[in-house]
Amino acid sequence: MDVLSLARWQFGVTTVYHYLFIPISIGLALYVAIVETAWVRTRNPVYLRSAKFFSSLLLINFAIGVVTGIVQEFQFGMNWSSYSRFVGDVFGAPLAMESLLAFFIESTFLGLWIFGWDKLSPRLHCACMWMVAFGTTASAYFILAANSFMQHPVGIEIDAATGRPRLVDIGAVLFQPLQLITFSHVITACWLTGAVVVVGVSSNFMAKRRSTEVFRPALRFGLWALLISSIAVIVTGDLQGKIMTEVQPMKMAAAEALYDTTDSASFSLITIGTLDGHHETWSIRVPGVTSYMATGTFDGTVEGVNDVQREYEQRFGPGDYRPNIPVTYWTFRLMMGAGFILALVSVVGLWLTRRGRNPVSPWVWRLAMWSVAGAFVGNTAGWVFTEMGRQPWTVVGLYKTQDSVSPTVTAGTVLTSLIVLTVLYGVLVVIETRLIFRTIRKGPPEEAAVLAMLGRKNPLRTNTLPDRGDDGTPAGGAGRGDAEPDRDDDVLTFAY
Amino acid sequence: MTLNDLWFLLIAVLWAGYFVLEGFDFGVGILLRPVGRDERGRRVLLNTIGPVWDGNEVWVITAAGATFAAFPQWYATLFSGGYLPLLLILVCLIVRGLAFEYRGKGSTAQWRRNWDIAITVCSFVPALLWGVVFGSIVHGVPLRADHEFVGTVGDFLSPFALLVGLLTLSLFVFHGAVFLSLKTTDEVRARARRIATGAGVFATVAYLVAVIWMQQIRGGVSGLQFGATSLVVGLAGGVAVAVALVLTRVGRDGWAFVSSAVGVLALVGSIFTVLFPLVMPSTGDPAGTLDIHNAASSPYTLTVMSWVALALVPFVIGYQAWSYWVFRKRISTRQIPLPRSGAHAERQPAGEVVPEARSGVVPGARSGVVPGARSGVVPGPGSGVVPGARGGVVPGPVDRETP
Repeated sequence: MDVLSLARWQFGVTTVYHYLFIPISIGLALYVAIVETAWVRTRNPVYLRSAKFFSSLLLINFAIGVVTGIVQEFQFGMNWSSYSRFVGDVFGAPLAMESLLAFFIESTFLGLWIFGWDKLSPRLHCACMWMVAFGTTASAYFILAANSFMQHPVGIEIDAATGRPRLVDIGAVLFQPLQLITFSHVITACWLTGAVVVVGVSSNFMAKRRSTEVFRPALRFGLWALLISSIAVIVTGDLQGKIMTEVQPMKMAAAEALYDTTDSASFSLITIGTLDGHHETWSIRVPGVTSYMATGTFDGTVEGVNDVQREYEQRFGPGDYRPNIPVTYWTFRLMMGAGFILALVSVVGLWLTRRGRNPVSPWVWRLAMWSVAGAFVGNTAGWVFTEMGRQPWTVVGLYKTQDSVSPTVTAGTVLTSLIVLTVLYGVLVVIETRLIFRTIRKGPPEEAAVLAMLGRKNPLRTNTLPDRGDDGTPAGGAGRGDAEPDRDDDVLTFAY
Repeated sequence: MTLNDLWFLLIAVLWAGYFVLEGFDFGVGILLRPVGRDERGRRVLLNTIGPVWDGNEVWVITAAGATFAAFPQWYATLFSGGYLPLLLILVCLIVRGLAFEYRGKGSTAQWRRNWDIAITVCSFVPALLWGVVFGSIVHGVPLRADHEFVGTVGDFLSPFALLVGLLTLSLFVFHGAVFLSLKTTDEVRARARRIATGAGVFATVAYLVAVIWMQQIRGGVSGLQFGATSLVVGLAGGVAVAVALVLTRVGRDGWAFVSSAVGVLALVGSIFTVLFPLVMPSTGDPAGTLDIHNAASSPYTLTVMSWVALALVPFVIGYQAWSYWVFRKRISTRQIPLPRSGAHAERQPAGEVVPEARSGVVPGARSGVVPGARSGVVPGPGSGVVPGARGGVVPGPVDRETP
């Protein structure tokens, strides 16, 4: 294989892998922040146990998301140096902002959160997780701004001397409509992922009737969050489809494998055939839906692949401007299918668990657990669709993927790194999965243990014990422990 | 000062922050076995950096991101040219980060031993290679007129680059040992101080040799704009390391750490001042040399990024400093909870009071949690929740009046 294919495979492998963990981190950080807030406000230790338990899942995921993220940043320079030179004036800015605003916040406050249970007041401790949730969300915003620029370059002029884009309006890059919609779509999908993880994990415990006092509320909350976020994902996805039709007509046409411009184009749920527009053996079609997705009316005109191709040849010269159509066609359906199925799961789940009911059939719980996979399928398919659908461009209309690769890096070097990273990632996913299942098997901490973890910052503490040098803070005096001197030989309540 | 100068300075600041902060993380990782010695000792070491290592590592992500934004040509040349060293660093940073998080989550001694080895190796390799990479930048690597790297990995292994590699390695080991003297007690601290002596002497010598050699290399190639400054900064840094060594010997741990941090800072300062205004000198086609002008983004981008950086960096320094303040205490082996002792510990009766936790040895404590001995926690007999009831549990009011 040549350098280009190897570099593309590496980008695909590392990005898809990285993105398996990111939505869980974003979604679960928000869940832990919410449930810890519930603990701070109600002082009901059930919420604290829930926060502590789901945070162990969060941390396992977070670690792998962070370290695989460094690869993402470095490989732009390593494998795609021509691309980096070409777009550096624009593309580096959101990346640097992401580090400065998001990464520092999430890593520093996560450290404070993990180790600070007995050092920070409950409110401050909880605020740290909100900072983490803010950091992860901000991170998503900036990296999506960079990606949206690649899908639809704005805010630039082409420099006459170098032929490269020069940034003239950072506001356009950060706030273009495509970016706002894309961010909404992606962030709600992350919430959906967090929600479905909470639902799936809680179902595992509900099925075994283990720690139901923790997981019944978590399940109900997760189902409501799943319902709301899946509706939001569908609505924002619909909006994104329309704006995509405007700025990337080729991608919309490829999503439907629509070859010729059509009025009131139908949407095929499934097609058997070659997708090349000639040999369709069998398909299920819903009339007018593609037109609706693209234009907002059922009889709107949708440009076909062939017409866009002709138009692009006129604008950009001869060449093949079509993405890989079977890939875009099927990933588009997987993504949408996952979203709709998860919306259905939430409705059914809410119905089955209404007013204190718990389904008896193990199959219901099993299906709920398996629905977690739906989120992974949807997230992955969505990214593969949007990035493969952008081909042959890295920056649509400006720069092609084939020109983007590092010119002096050899195929052997890229192959080495592809193999090293793939093998490493393979080993890590095994370790990570085992740790996740182990953590789930262990279950949430007991109330005594989780309160002991808070040390002298425990708001439920009483002074009925003969205290030794404590100032006798009355029960419920949250945060009053600040005045107490630390004793050097206190056992760490949390330690690596 | 032009924007290009400002960004050269800011990127120097980011690398300096990275080496000062993750420098001691690397040192602690390398010293895990010699200073940690046994399981408790190793966990003391890990917990000295536990809350902060991830925040420290973000400095390198930011340094790379800022280079991409401000000097995209430098970023592209450095990362594609230094491909294999950077790949090795990446692999190490991945494994090392996971090792910290995952080490305590397994149950067997073998599991912990494997992660210990991973931490040691994956701290050692980047500590060496970052020096090699920066040594190579100062030394120069073959670039062609379009700034693309045209050499082999051998071009990153000049004797000077290897010396700088050994310098960063020994300097980070020293810096880590000084950090451990400041953050630990008793026998762990004693071992850290012993190692600090050897590493400090080696680092001081390597430091002074590298600083003088550096002047000679760059003086011959480009003419030194700030040669004298770089030499003075570098020599002062070498002296700071020696002073840190003495301060450690006499037990002034806090000042010793400040002094060794100044030593690391001065090394980055000396490297960047000797380079200025170049960022990537070429030993091939002279036209390939990158400086702060031909590597830079447009003035507009630099202006935008300047405002962003000047607005955010003080906050970053502020809340990172706060997190160091929160975790400022020394850690002793007595504070380390027992290794996880197994499933039976889960049956620890709620509310049992362990009479004397001073020793830090709490029988049956699980997951590093000490059942409320010192903190005066008496967990109540449940929280008003009826466990196991079918058809949903209604969380009741919390029973705050414990017996």
